[in-house]
Amino acid sequence: MLKAFYYLMLRDMRLALRSRHELANPLIFFVLVTTLFPLAVMPTPERLQEMAPGVIWVAALLSVLLSLDRLFKQDYEDGSLDQLMLSPNPLVILVLAKVCAHWLLTGLPLVIIAPLLGVLMALEPESLTVLIYSLLLGTPVLSLVGAIGVSLTVAVNRGGVLLSLIVLPLYIPVLIFGANAIDVASAGMSVRGQLFFLGAVLVLALSLAPLATAVALRITASR
Amino acid sequence: MWTWIHKLSSPRYFYDMSAKMIPWFALPALVIGVYGLYLGLFVAPTDYQQGESYRIIFIHVPAAWMSMFIYVVMAVSAAIGLIWQIRLADVIAAASAPIGASFTFVALVTGSLWGKPMWGTYWVWDARLTSELILLFLYFGYMALQSSIEDQRQADKASGLLAIVGVVNIPIIHYSVEWWNTLHQGATVTKLDKPSIHIDMLIPLLLMALAFKLFYAAMVLVRARNEALYRDRNRRWVRELIEKI
Repeated sequence: MLKAFYYLMLRDMRLALRSRHELANPLIFFVLVTTLFPLAVMPTPERLQEMAPGVIWVAALLSVLLSLDRLFKQDYEDGSLDQLMLSPNPLVILVLAKVCAHWLLTGLPLVIIAPLLGVLMALEPESLTVLIYSLLLGTPVLSLVGAIGVSLTVAVNRGGVLLSLIVLPLYIPVLIFGANAIDVASAGMSVRGQLFFLGAVLVLALSLAPLATAVALRITASR
Repeated sequence: MWTWIHKLSSPRYFYDMSAKMIPWFALPALVIGVYGLYLGLFVAPTDYQQGESYRIIFIHVPAAWMSMFIYVVMAVSAAIGLIWQIRLADVIAAASAPIGASFTFVALVTGSLWGKPMWGTYWVWDARLTSELILLFLYFGYMALQSSIEDQRQADKASGLLAIVGVVNIPIIHYSVEWWNTLHQGATVTKLDKPSIHIDMLIPLLLMALAFKLFYAAMVLVRARNEALYRDRNRRWVRELIEKI
């Protein structure tokens, strides 16, 4: 079972690394969206600082949303998803492996780039660390919850808008606490509460979302 | 017991049965609703702080209650449909969604109309208002997924799962929004935090809530009836029904 987890994760990462531009696109999007905001308002440092948590988090959210398609789309189209479901290993574990691979290739790079954007948005060093922590705890939730949405919409033609309609409301708690943690850190207060909440949401998503995704995949495949 | 449930849940039986049941819900809803509105709009005392404009609660609060109640009904019946493969439960869930979305919309509109004289603006990012808005989006997501999958059986299952995921998320969303708001601006004007409501206001409020519930029951039966008929349009019982006319 662990072996299956490991090999599936490896396979997904290998496949993704073979088309590097696809991998880079969400990251470029993330940087681009964040760059648009200072251009739209007068970029005084105070104002940027005020906006930074929200802007960076919303941009991260959208960029994960854009990359979600990769999670199951190709496997659905070439039939390997059906093969996965036929395998004797529990589907939940396989789903978890795919989500892990997805996070390692989209969530983690976001976390690595984000401090750079934080500097562009005039964030203080203390806020930068909190930004990293909040993204580190929050982006896996985005991948996990997003997986439910993709598995429901993967068979729908032009499911992109539908996917965002389904998934974005479910992202709201992560957005609130992720951005709020940075806000609070800029004000010089303790951010433990916010980070603990994000951690709790992560644990909850980690335990429930793969189950829901597995059920959703079986529904999708049952046609 | 099981045979009884299966008999009850066959679309054909439901079609006949619901026709008999609808008046039993619709008429009381009308009577109680009119009486409740009369009590609320003419008999209930004027609020010493909010004047006459508070009277919108007799619509607003029951609509807000219904918006959440219907989502739970939808999720529960979707779960029943998903687990025990009872088609009628899926029909009920699908029929409930537009009604719930409408109630949510009514609650939002009346809330913002109420907000204008009270807070001086139509929209405040108040915790309750915001979570109501998110609830509306959840309804939209359910309806969009339901209508974008062609195969009916699969559409039911997929949107049913989404409703269940949504119901797990609603408390998290609700509390995070509430927390976010209090973290942001401390104690603000929360509408329902009145010390204790006057009995002359409470009675019409409860009557209106009851009337809304009955109205929902009647509406969901009407919609589910149509939906059942439409889904079984190629079956024999529907054809026989049409030939009789």
